[in-house]
Amino acid sequence: MAFHKKYNTPAGWFVLFLTFSSLLSCSSNKLYNSKIEGKKISITSDYKDDSKIEAFIAPYRNHINKDLDSVLAYCPETLDKSQGKWQTTIGNLLADVTFEKADKLLQQRENKHLDVCLLNHGGIRAIIPKGDVTTRTAYEIMPFENSLIVAALKGTEIKEIAQYLIAGKKPHPLSGMQVYIDSNNNIKNITVKGKPVVDSQTYYVATSDYLYNGGDNMNFFKKSTATYDMDYKLRNLLIDYFKETDTLPVITTQRIITE
Amino acid sequence: MKRRDFIQKTAAGSALVLGGLSLSSFTTEPAKKITILHTNDVHSHIDPFPADDPRNPNMGGVARRATLIESIRQENENVLLLDAGDIFQGTPYFNYYGGELEFKLMSMLKYDLATLGNHDFDNGIDGFYAQLPHAQFDFVSANYDFKNTLLDGIVKPYKVFVKNGIKIGVFGLGIELAGLVDQRLYKETVYNDPVEVAKNITKTLKQEEKCDLVICLSHIGFAYRNNPDKVCDITLAQKTRHIDLIIGGHTHTFLSKPHIEKNLDGEEVVINQVGCYGLNLGQIDFYFENGSKTFNGRTIVV
Repeated sequence: MAFHKKYNTPAGWFVLFLTFSSLLSCSSNKLYNSKIEGKKISITSDYKDDSKIEAFIAPYRNHINKDLDSVLAYCPETLDKSQGKWQTTIGNLLADVTFEKADKLLQQRENKHLDVCLLNHGGIRAIIPKGDVTTRTAYEIMPFENSLIVAALKGTEIKEIAQYLIAGKKPHPLSGMQVYIDSNNNIKNITVKGKPVVDSQTYYVATSDYLYNGGDNMNFFKKSTATYDMDYKLRNLLIDYFKETDTLPVITTQRIITE
Repeated sequence: MKRRDFIQKTAAGSALVLGGLSLSSFTTEPAKKITILHTNDVHSHIDPFPADDPRNPNMGGVARRATLIESIRQENENVLLLDAGDIFQGTPYFNYYGGELEFKLMSMLKYDLATLGNHDFDNGIDGFYAQLPHAQFDFVSANYDFKNTLLDGIVKPYKVFVKNGIKIGVFGLGIELAGLVDQRLYKETVYNDPVEVAKNITKTLKQEEKCDLVICLSHIGFAYRNNPDKVCDITLAQKTRHIDLIIGGHTHTFLSKPHIEKNLDGEEVVINQVGCYGLNLGQIDFYFENGSKTFNGRTIVV
């Protein structure tokens, strides 16, 4: 600190003070974030494929495509889960198809008939585009490995289902059951297969194992008095249906009905 | 501004007096730039959507994303490539190969870090663990406690990167799994409150790790219109300190531009989320200059 002596005291301290403060800012705070720029870049066909990446994917893709791209059915118009307040064409199709298949299985295995099918809106992961329907279509709609479960519920739980549906305001796929509401979303009547719900009666409800285990907070399934695991993946159920079907129906029947 | 000029001139003056100890080296150093690139909710979308797709015709695709990222790397030295979760599930690539191809491609694109989304549990903790050898990048999650699972010690709360002398702390946050993922899949993973966890972890990153930049990789969702009490990126930004950037996911939110919120200290937090399915890449550039923020403030261009 010899240089100290070259200055008269007040000036020397001044310089030292500034030097100290600038050294401090140099060591702990020398850089500061002065500017942030942010943007979204859309990945369009303007960007050419990286050939190395493309070559790496190709064998995986070819193997899957061979399996998936055979045409199974035809879809006359695009079925989209975002079109519809209380029900959608794709939701209706999934619920009705699942109902039909589950009913057949339940009859064969347990000699019982199904009453209701309830799936979830969030479980529909893609549209069914107008045109050819393939195994790939089924994978896109239902990528999840969910399987078919039939739960025995009392009429009180059927009423809980109705309350859940109306409170959630989502067009969950529903079949076999009708909920009548007024314009203020008050439930006026609940029917199963056209008949009023009886609290003490047992109803057989088809759903996915995901929902049965509490998914989407469908907690009424926890009160099941009996459960039948159909050991049938919902996607395979759909693929089997596509194989039997020539042209998919566009189903617009209402399940939640505003009076 | 005047005050800053004054200090710079005086500092230069004192440097002259000190002679050998050169302070001019840092006063004239050019600005540094850190580029954050990010994706979220890619959901196994490896191929572009077909040309006749009604919603996203001819969009996305990993091979194109690779070209775009490479072109950005050519022009920017200091790049971090991040993913905010839900890498898995959405195309047959996942059903056939269980995530192997997703992890291998992300490694080829040189991803630096990711967090787990709810769908990354779709083949169970075991299914995720089994694919980890294919990932040459790490996963972080600060609010999932994996202590009683296979991922104990593998998924860390945060990771610190040093790029061109800038210290960047990145931590992960995941969504509540109960009611969303079958418990048989996530097993004994414990979910902790994202805001409380973030408060602690940002303190660590700022005060102990002395990070210049704090980034949250979040899969808790951007906002919930029908459920305003549910924790989301907006409330996370508002109720914490020190976070510069939240890279979000889960809600598949297509923000037209990054969203800005104010944190507890009144400082800006940038939140960005680029939808889903690899349709977009987010880019956030941070510029660093000499001086102090209190004198100069910060410009945000979105």
